[in-house]
Amino acid sequence: MQVIHDIEITTTSVLLDGKTIAVEQTGDKLLVELYRRYVGDYPKFFKMDTLSRLGFIAAELLLKSQEPMANSQQPTVDAVILANRSASIKNDTDYLATITEGNYYPSPALFVYTLPNIVTGEIAIWHHIQGETSFYILNSPEELKPIVASTLTAKHSTALVGWCECSKQDNFYAKMQLIWRN
Amino acid sequence: MVYCIGHSIISPLGEGSQANVQAVRAGRSGLKLHTDRFADVEPFCASLFDTPQEFVPLCVRSVEDALDMAVSRLPLAIGSLPETIFILSTTKGDNLDLLTPAQAIARHFGNPNPPVVVSNACTSGVCAQITAKRLLDAGMYQHAIVIGCDLQTRFIVSGFQSFKALSPEPCRPFSPDRQGLNLGEAVATAIYSNQQSAISNQPSWILEAGSIHNDANHLSAPSRTGEGAYRCLTDVMAGVTPADIDLIGVHGTGTLYNDDMETVAIERAGLQDVPKSVLKPYFGHTMGAAGIVETIIGLETLGKGTFIKMLSGFGGVNAAIRLTCK
Repeated sequence: MQVIHDIEITTTSVLLDGKTIAVEQTGDKLLVELYRRYVGDYPKFFKMDTLSRLGFIAAELLLKSQEPMANSQQPTVDAVILANRSASIKNDTDYLATITEGNYYPSPALFVYTLPNIVTGEIAIWHHIQGETSFYILNSPEELKPIVASTLTAKHSTALVGWCECSKQDNFYAKMQLIWRN
Repeated sequence: MVYCIGHSIISPLGEGSQANVQAVRAGRSGLKLHTDRFADVEPFCASLFDTPQEFVPLCVRSVEDALDMAVSRLPLAIGSLPETIFILSTTKGDNLDLLTPAQAIARHFGNPNPPVVVSNACTSGVCAQITAKRLLDAGMYQHAIVIGCDLQTRFIVSGFQSFKALSPEPCRPFSPDRQGLNLGEAVATAIYSNQQSAISNQPSWILEAGSIHNDANHLSAPSRTGEGAYRCLTDVMAGVTPADIDLIGVHGTGTLYNDDMETVAIERAGLQDVPKSVLKPYFGHTMGAAGIVETIIGLETLGKGTFIKMLSGFGGVNAAIRLTCK
């Protein structure tokens, strides 16, 4: 397995292939800053929950915002395989706030994001990936490695994989890679 | 090769795979109108346990039931082996926590490995079986205990009502006048093994192929061209022809989009003449359990032959598996 590109996004920093990308904002506003700088023309971004925004931006930086590697074309992604520890708990909590007793107005716009795999769907739609999308709930990023290794066969040779976590407001972490099986 | 060596379904229709198969054969349905189950929620038609269940004890009961069946083929304490992995398929887990219940189930059986939770919307139960096959084919484990479970809550029912996706009466999948889906509760377990000794010259179901594809064109409704489902079907049909397939277990939720999309995908794959089964009018949509409940009913109904189970779900994801027993 070879890592083509690697990204780490925290609430205060962005590291792409080991190099710092300077940012001014922190927390949820950091993701909006990155959206404005690198995407800008997909208003649906603002409907997404934080987990989806995080994975969407990380995927964008991995796939689009850099020079193609020497001697290789921009790869076609065959699979998006992400994982985290707390599923969609941040957005689940936001949805719960719309169904409190005595103030019951369930929000379909929030309910649609109460599944962790929605982020993989958002990435697939934007990059038109019709391969596999899978989401796992695990105790640590290490536990994703055997799953990815057993998924990447000849059919799925290039994949967007990694950890995409958002447990509460202004609290998220992504560590994702674009990899290929060689 | 990956063999199914034990299984279990516990649902409002009965305790154990056989009880559930008999209930379906007798035409019994778990669906009924619930008017006061959850505060504020409008009346809804669903298949719910009479007594509210606790997530972990319910899953443990199902695993024990499946292990009882597996032990006749493989006289080992499969649950506790370091060669065994627990895989849980669920969308909402135990009150929104997905990993803690999986850890509790694995710990109950004394299993030393960190469990894997698959949360891929409605397709989770089929995806979890695909994950099991991959890990066993890669030789990382010898046995996989795959559990699917979701229990209905005020959270889920209110959300589906806000989507206006629920049918006010028992669902009518593929009918022109269908009005939506019904939710359901169930737990199901399928135990897979890559050990040849487990089949001991008996007819055995082999998990032959699995595939997952995204439509990549719409978040809340499956593709109108059935692209992801079509690709899953063509993947799992590799090496076989439509004449080899005895039954396709379709998703058939009873929503306008889903049933249209599946029809298109099946026709594009040339499988329109193969018999289909739809189980939502008996069990409702049991979410994380659906892919495993409906696989087990398919295998038990057929007895022998070749079975395809397909599912599609939120996030544009589709999945299919093919099993054969000769």
